[in-house]
Amino acid sequence: MKQFFAFVEKEFYHIFRDKATMLIILLMPVVQVLIFGFAITTDIQNTEVAVVDLSNTPDSRGLIDKIDAGTYFHVTERLASSAQLEKLFKKGDIKIGLIIPPDFSDDMAAGQKTKVQLVTDASNPNEASIVNGYLQNIIGAYSLNRYPGDAPVVGTTVETRMLYSPQLKSAYTFVPGVIGLVLMLICTLMTSVSIVRERELGTMEALLVAPSKPIYIIFAKTVPYFAVSIFNLLVIILLSIFAFDVPIRGSFLMFFLASITYIFTSLCLGIFISTVSKTQQIAMIISLMGLMLPTVLLSGLMFPIESMPAVLQGLSYLLPARWFIEMGRIIMIKGLGFGYIWMQWTILMGMAILFLGLSVRGFKVRLT
Amino acid sequence: MGIRERLLRERKAIQALQDGYVIKVKDLTKKFGDFTAVDHISFEVKKGEIFGFLGANGAGKTTAIRMLCGLHRPTSGSGMVAGFDIATQQEDIKRHIGYMSQKFALYNDLKVWENIRLFAGIYGMSDSAIAKKTDQMLDRLGFMAEKNTMVGELPLGWKQKLAFSVAIFHEPEIVFLDEPTGGVDPLTRRQFWELIYEAVSRGITVFVTTHYMDEAEYCNRVSMMVDGRIEMLDTPKNLRTHFGVETMEEVFTLVAQRATRSDD
Repeated sequence: MKQFFAFVEKEFYHIFRDKATMLIILLMPVVQVLIFGFAITTDIQNTEVAVVDLSNTPDSRGLIDKIDAGTYFHVTERLASSAQLEKLFKKGDIKIGLIIPPDFSDDMAAGQKTKVQLVTDASNPNEASIVNGYLQNIIGAYSLNRYPGDAPVVGTTVETRMLYSPQLKSAYTFVPGVIGLVLMLICTLMTSVSIVRERELGTMEALLVAPSKPIYIIFAKTVPYFAVSIFNLLVIILLSIFAFDVPIRGSFLMFFLASITYIFTSLCLGIFISTVSKTQQIAMIISLMGLMLPTVLLSGLMFPIESMPAVLQGLSYLLPARWFIEMGRIIMIKGLGFGYIWMQWTILMGMAILFLGLSVRGFKVRLT
Repeated sequence: MGIRERLLRERKAIQALQDGYVIKVKDLTKKFGDFTAVDHISFEVKKGEIFGFLGANGAGKTTAIRMLCGLHRPTSGSGMVAGFDIATQQEDIKRHIGYMSQKFALYNDLKVWENIRLFAGIYGMSDSAIAKKTDQMLDRLGFMAEKNTMVGELPLGWKQKLAFSVAIFHEPEIVFLDEPTGGVDPLTRRQFWELIYEAVSRGITVFVTTHYMDEAEYCNRVSMMVDGRIEMLDTPKNLRTHFGVETMEEVFTLVAQRATRSDD
């Protein structure tokens, strides 16, 4: 055991004395949370709307005011004809246009179903459908409030309720994703590179020619990254709570357990990558291209897994981050307990044991 | 390997030690695929000897050393180091040898005392024993002022002396030195050899590879490897006489010419 602590001590020195790397490791989660939180947000805020009001009645003007009043939309243009809309779309000045027909007010007064037309810039389909949905809601609510007694007789009114994230705040969903990404980088990439580095430098040879237990050498390498990961985890959680008002609805302890399991899996994966990589470059390429990129794209961090083609959905099953992100959302945002995450948790543990087993088999005490 | 055969081999190893040999190998061979890196080498090293292991690049020196240290498993042949069988008891061997190579000496981002502490810790020495011995060692080397210096900031010659001292810190029976003095000036190499002699006077056997033929003169006996085989093995004096030349440099040139395979 004394030997193990000697190795752990050495690893801490290596990491904490490498100031540049340390700085990156500690700042990365903060920067990522801020980027995801502010820049890549899918929240709707002050979206530009152009209005073609062919009705020009108190009813139609009331609707326009109502749209403009909220924080979601900003009516920037009032046009006389729908022909002018196209020009604005081309220039990119507006995201959505609303055309109110001449008989809008008459229909409304007559208690008939009113019709308006929405024209949306769908060059970014995701954004388009979100913007469209928001505006529809506002319009629907307006006509109901205006003539509450005369709710539309014909057709169906859809009442949508957004569960867990009533304001559709994307911050709620990105936080588990960012944690998944950052921890994967630190645990998997850093661990794999640091083991391969020793082999490349020849220092592994010096350690192996002494009566070192290889399992100690490897586990000692994971200890500092484990510590750094826990620290980063807490930073991300605090940042999400205080900067983005993300609640942890479920048990904090449960979330912590899920995170630690994920850290463990990532560390095991890092060790495994190091046993199959001959050089630091290869380890880095496997970690970044083979793992980071799929994690960003396929783990459900940015794009919903359900809308991916079957092949990519299948690939996403292989990513530890996918299962962690699911657990994170279930616990943090839905506030549910272990009964709802046991499957994801078991899959992560299974992955960890698999990687660990393969590594122990692959790690060579002797050089050949 | 059966238990009976294993016991027999281990008894043979202990017997060799009682005969005064700390290393004894017979027909040791290592193949990598079709390539025979080490080809049936046999030799003995006596306790307290400085044994030089010479050969051109690619002659198979490093592979041979790695087999002796338990890093490579021999393809065939047998051998014992410090009374243990190299095929079956490599973990016991590791406890009784020291090792230093030119490629890696010490960790540059650890302080002098931290390096000592790490390697001594691997051998299971107690903290108090390490602390006491560290001061003694640094004092003897005149390195006391550098105790808290990062090894990366030390000049190469100092690093090598320190690395050697770390390699024998746990009082091994044999120390293997793989080109320990590469890239330093003659004066520093001279000082390094003084440390080697000091270790020998304490009963440590030294097994050293080198490219410098003046260093070959410092050895009790030298072997010369060509194409994975040991071509010559004798005292430097006998070798010079045998070839009728003045220096080991000339001996080496004559022997190395027999090589048919190129550098790797």
